[in-house]
Amino acid sequence: MMTTDQRLGILFQLYQSLLVVLLAPLLTGWVNQCRAWLQNRTGPGLMQPYRTLRKLFHKDAVMAYNASPLFRVTPYILFGCMWLAAAIIPIIAVDLPFSPAADVIALVGVFALARVFIALAAMDIGTAFGTLGARREMLVSFLAEPALLMVFFTASLISHSTQLPRIVEALAHHQFVLYPSLAFAGLAFVIVLLAENARIPVDNPGTHLELTMIHEAMILEYSARHLALVEWASSLKLFAYIAIGIALFVPYGIAEVGNWGALPQAIIALLVKLTLAGAALALLEALLAKMRIFRAPEFLGTAFLLAVLGLLIHFLLGA
Amino acid sequence: MPITHPNLHLTQLAGAIPAWLGEIKPDDLQPICQNVRDGGGRLVALWGSDTREQGKGYTLHIALVNETGLICLSVPLPAGQPGYPDVSQIFPVANRMQRAAYDLLGIYAHEGHDHRKWLRHGAWHGGSFPLRKDFDAVLSRTNEPDAYPFVQVEGQGVHEIAVGPVHAGIIEPGHFRFSVVGEKTLRLEERFGYAHKGIEKRFESLTVQHAAKLAGRVSGDSTVAYAWAYAMAAESIAAVTPPDRAVWLRALFLERERIANHLGDLGYLGNDVALSFGFAQFWILKEQVLRNNAALFGHRYLMDKIIPGGVAADLVESGAQSGKQTLFKECAMLEHEVRLLRGIYEEHAGVQDRFIGAGRIEPKLAARLGLCGLAGRASSQSWDARVQFPCAPYDKLDVQMATYRNGDVAARVIVRFDELFESLRLQREILANLIHDDGLAIPLAKLPAHGFGVGMVEGWRGEVLVAIHTDADGNLTRVHPHDPSWQNWPVLEHAVIGNIVPDFPLINKSFNLSYSGQDL
Repeated sequence: MMTTDQRLGILFQLYQSLLVVLLAPLLTGWVNQCRAWLQNRTGPGLMQPYRTLRKLFHKDAVMAYNASPLFRVTPYILFGCMWLAAAIIPIIAVDLPFSPAADVIALVGVFALARVFIALAAMDIGTAFGTLGARREMLVSFLAEPALLMVFFTASLISHSTQLPRIVEALAHHQFVLYPSLAFAGLAFVIVLLAENARIPVDNPGTHLELTMIHEAMILEYSARHLALVEWASSLKLFAYIAIGIALFVPYGIAEVGNWGALPQAIIALLVKLTLAGAALALLEALLAKMRIFRAPEFLGTAFLLAVLGLLIHFLLGA
Repeated sequence: MPITHPNLHLTQLAGAIPAWLGEIKPDDLQPICQNVRDGGGRLVALWGSDTREQGKGYTLHIALVNETGLICLSVPLPAGQPGYPDVSQIFPVANRMQRAAYDLLGIYAHEGHDHRKWLRHGAWHGGSFPLRKDFDAVLSRTNEPDAYPFVQVEGQGVHEIAVGPVHAGIIEPGHFRFSVVGEKTLRLEERFGYAHKGIEKRFESLTVQHAAKLAGRVSGDSTVAYAWAYAMAAESIAAVTPPDRAVWLRALFLERERIANHLGDLGYLGNDVALSFGFAQFWILKEQVLRNNAALFGHRYLMDKIIPGGVAADLVESGAQSGKQTLFKECAMLEHEVRLLRGIYEEHAGVQDRFIGAGRIEPKLAARLGLCGLAGRASSQSWDARVQFPCAPYDKLDVQMATYRNGDVAARVIVRFDELFESLRLQREILANLIHDDGLAIPLAKLPAHGFGVGMVEGWRGEVLVAIHTDADGNLTRVHPHDPSWQNWPVLEHAVIGNIVPDFPLINKSFNLSYSGQDL
């Protein structure tokens, strides 16, 4: 027999999962709209990603004739991984039933799983672009992952746990303290976020130049519902990363489970934070040019260094 | 005389630019080409014509240029075996033109080292030649597979990336075959002709007036340059001088075409390094220029506004809708905005990091390969038809040529900025000089029989050449438009060597060559 708390927890979990999957394209739309405004353009509106998804789901899928089942199932795995990741992260409430299932290290693993599948799928159909994209993606991600882990470790050292709910609780629901180590980790996290989500200056999500692509090159052969799922998964990934950033660095406002009263406040806080984060991301992208691919190691090396500095500061200052 | 050779007798052609015509024997072709080359001259165009009806077999035409002017040579070839000595050893740029001449006319270069097809993509039989007068389009139609032997690069870890002809973005068709190790480009080979439209065949059945429209459609982004070059060639045959007002307006159109295209390219170059901000700003400016074109002259790209004998649009000067006032205001606005944007491009570390050093062509290589136009000037090849052979009204304008030594993407960006400001200055000066009121055009009814005329105009990309041959009745028997992209595409293959693959689109855009222009 489930206790009331457990039942509530499942309700919160369902609520958050649905919210995330529905809100993620809106966040992408918001970032694109901000980018358009910053470039003096009118922009397609906030709803454009939803329209794109609807259009793609209505189309007939075309498959490369030599595509294996791996290529076919990858969009579903990708979407599943990203949804799972978004379900683990405390977005509106801590102590969700899914959260203990995986800590931050497992979270990194979930992202890695998705990446392995998309890289394999990209090589599966054997076009030059797929392989090119997979190769570059691996270069970028194998540099970004350690930096991300270091960021998580800094936060874990402060909260003495690798569980995201514990981290959020330690940072948000206890006495307000400023952690200098987290400032370094925060900078490193922004760099990782840009690299992992195929944003400028590492990749360009809006490009049509096939030779410069990283993420887009891997998904060139997808169409219709498969492409829709891949695009949706990208939106979810961006949402999940920003949610991780919020949970680690500005967790104030996330509700405790069972506290229905805190829920409206938590949702408003989330929306405000997402709006600001999206606008900041767009601003960053408007100001930067894309770097040469071989600059990416330096860029991500900086992220790693900053994260390690964060760790060191924690040990030296205990803060 | 531009050059002297014992077997060469040149006659000067009438017209706006200094041009000579001479007939030579095939055996004299190589020595004369070598002579021009040694004197610092270049090959502009190479084409053939079917002159069997005049009892001459086929004729090879070659347009060379040196500092005195344009030298057009015609070389009669026997109808049975229309071969001529290879000139691609002297002018490497001739290679593709010779191959195209074979595909279209069946005349071929002896001892040439590259005999692969160029324009023929399997749409017509290998043994039939579209530009021959007895070509039967229906019987020659075929659907044979388009096999083309690309040069293979071998070695450990070398692989090929095939790009196009269909691209991820909406651009013209062209195939690029990269041989790479990792991200480093070892070799690039281009293949074009996917947009072969049979323009030269179509010209044969058009009147002088209709052909002007076709000339303006060879390459949409250079419609003014082509239309002017065509008109110049026709006027050269007819020995007609267009009215003063018309030539000033032509220069105004040409500079506006340059302004619009340079603005667009500068935007694209920003876009290719993911600085979409620059893209949007430059394209707002370009759109403003195009809208003013539409409002003042009736067409956004000024198509069909230059006709043989004059122009077909005037600038309204009086009243509230004074075109001059609009354009003066536009000039001031553009100068201000472009100066701001130039500052942003030049001070943006990320942009400069991508621009500087990418796709470098050393001046020496540029000279050897005959790089021309804007890209040539960025590698200190100081050729600009507006400066060296100033036709009216450029003889009164003192155009300042923009040259730069570095030959990289950054240099091509700087040349574009400099030329943009120069064009704005010229536009002001043209507007101030637009005072004549001697009509817009002299009607050009019919051309003389057996005439040859040539026109060359410095378009925004480089020199555009149009040559016209007339038959015994004064009808067009052969019109050959030539795009500067013929010269510059092969140089792009050299520009990307040693660069990383993701830099190719940027380097390509910094040249911005035409894919289809006059059936590349």
